[in-house]
Amino acid sequence: MEIDFLLERILPALNRGVWVTIQLIIPSMLLGFAGGVVLGALRAFGPRWLRRIGDAYTTVIRGVPLIIQLFILYNALPKLGIYLDGFAAAVLGFIMCSAAYHSEYIRGALLSIRQGQLKAAQALGFDKTSMLVSIVIPQALRRALPGCGNEFIYLIKYSSLAYMTTCVDLTSEAMKLAAYTYRFTEIFLVCGVYYLILTSLAAWALNRLEKLAYIPGFGKAK
Amino acid sequence: MHNENQFQATDSPAELAPAEATAAKSLSEEAAASRRDPALAAVNISKSIGSRLILDNVSVSLARGELKVVIGPSGAGKSTFLQCINGLIPPDTGQVFLEGQSLNMRNKHELRLFRQQVGMIFQDFNLFDHLTALDNVAIALRKVRGMSRQDSEARAMSELERVGLANRARLYPAELSGGQTQRVAFARALAMDPKVLLLDEPTSALDPELVGEVLEVIRYLAKGGMTMLMATHQMDFARALAHEILFMEHGRVIESGSPAELLAAGSGTRTLDFCSRLDLEL
Ligand SMILES: Nc1ncnc2c1ncn2[C@@H]1O[C@H](COP(=O)(O)OP(=O)(O)OP(=O)(O)O)[C@@H](O)[C@H]1O
Ligand SMILES: [Mg+2]
Repeated sequence: MEIDFLLERILPALNRGVWVTIQLIIPSMLLGFAGGVVLGALRAFGPRWLRRIGDAYTTVIRGVPLIIQLFILYNALPKLGIYLDGFAAAVLGFIMCSAAYHSEYIRGALLSIRQGQLKAAQALGFDKTSMLVSIVIPQALRRALPGCGNEFIYLIKYSSLAYMTTCVDLTSEAMKLAAYTYRFTEIFLVCGVYYLILTSLAAWALNRLEKLAYIPGFGKAK
Repeated sequence: MHNENQFQATDSPAELAPAEATAAKSLSEEAAASRRDPALAAVNISKSIGSRLILDNVSVSLARGELKVVIGPSGAGKSTFLQCINGLIPPDTGQVFLEGQSLNMRNKHELRLFRQQVGMIFQDFNLFDHLTALDNVAIALRKVRGMSRQDSEARAMSELERVGLANRARLYPAELSGGQTQRVAFARALAMDPKVLLLDEPTSALDPELVGEVLEVIRYLAKGGMTMLMATHQMDFARALAHEILFMEHGRVIESGSPAELLAAGSGTRTLDFCSRLDLEL
């Protein structure tokens, strides 16, 4: 590929796109994770009717392709009088999806905490809240970290479905430029490298976090 | 048959010497009344799970400084009974008294205050996996007692010293042996200054060579006047130190009495029969 085409056409377009992708990913990660913690806690400890609703939500979100969900958010909601622009529809879709997946890991981690430790805390006179804050959550987060970390990396990749909602992210920029110039190979190769850099950065950050949070007896890192 | 001497040779633990002698002078009348009351009493505790009656009117009363031992086959209801006393398993009926004060388990605040004064030791230790030995002991001092970090750590350190683990303070449960883990659990319970300890088979999950170090701690507490109710299968230990043995089966106390009475050769008690079978297994 000529260096001119790379420098003058591909990089400017993809830089624009990657910026939008980052703007999509960050709120989706944060709110998706927060939603997953709440949803996971409700599915683990909530009253039975809430657990049912949480389980049903997770089943639907996990069972329907994300592309269909985005399509519904962007194209079907206006029929109910709810108008979202492409960016908002994409972020909302990603948050809903991430929250469902995170909730699986969080729920599993919460339920994996040995009942005996909760008994020990209660026997010492802990109230529910301080038991949750001091004993349950610090352990559950460590247990959930590897799973939730994977979900962050998946999110970076499935954010490319934002093109469905006409939100012009990294993938959309690549598709637009390719449709215009017919130079699919170069453009998508470079686009792939952009995603690889994003996911590698995320993996590196997660790895550091896991090392920081490491405690003997938790996780695998040594 | 049993060697009692090994349990009597220990020196008297100075730190645990009961403060009773000095405190006795300054007792108010109310305190004097509570002194006459048993340290802990559980009266007619019953519990069903589903349609099964697991505890059938079980009672126990512990005077200050008494060590009573609950024995009985697996499934007799020993653990359930101990956990009914501090409300970890809410009993269906029955009453619990701490120094003559009746406990209302429905009142969460009252129940938490009670639990702060009645320590519990578990068969499988139940240390908090994400905390060092030091923090395992200190955390309740901070979160329940409201002590500062500095004070709680100083107190935790002195408790760890008492069980001989000051040099393990920075290790996590995964890095400790079973015996060490259980000794940290004792330090954690003792840091709360409990009036009574409930012990649920504290040595049953330990490898045989680690049982001794934990029994040593219990012996030291007993000699220091700690009031304790312990489920155990350590008959030599019970024979040497228990003031009373309660033999439980099918959710009932079917025999109780001093070790001398229940374990006398030829006494023909269920307890003796159970213990001789226990000895054969070991
Ligand atoms: N959550 C529960 N649901 C149903 N049954 C239970 C439950 N907990 C205990 N039980 C039953 O209650 C009975 C008493 O159990 P418990 O654990 O108190 O016995 P134990 O004397 O401590 O036995 P072990 O020596 O094995 O520890 C057993 O038959 C047990 O199966
Ligand atoms: Mg038991």
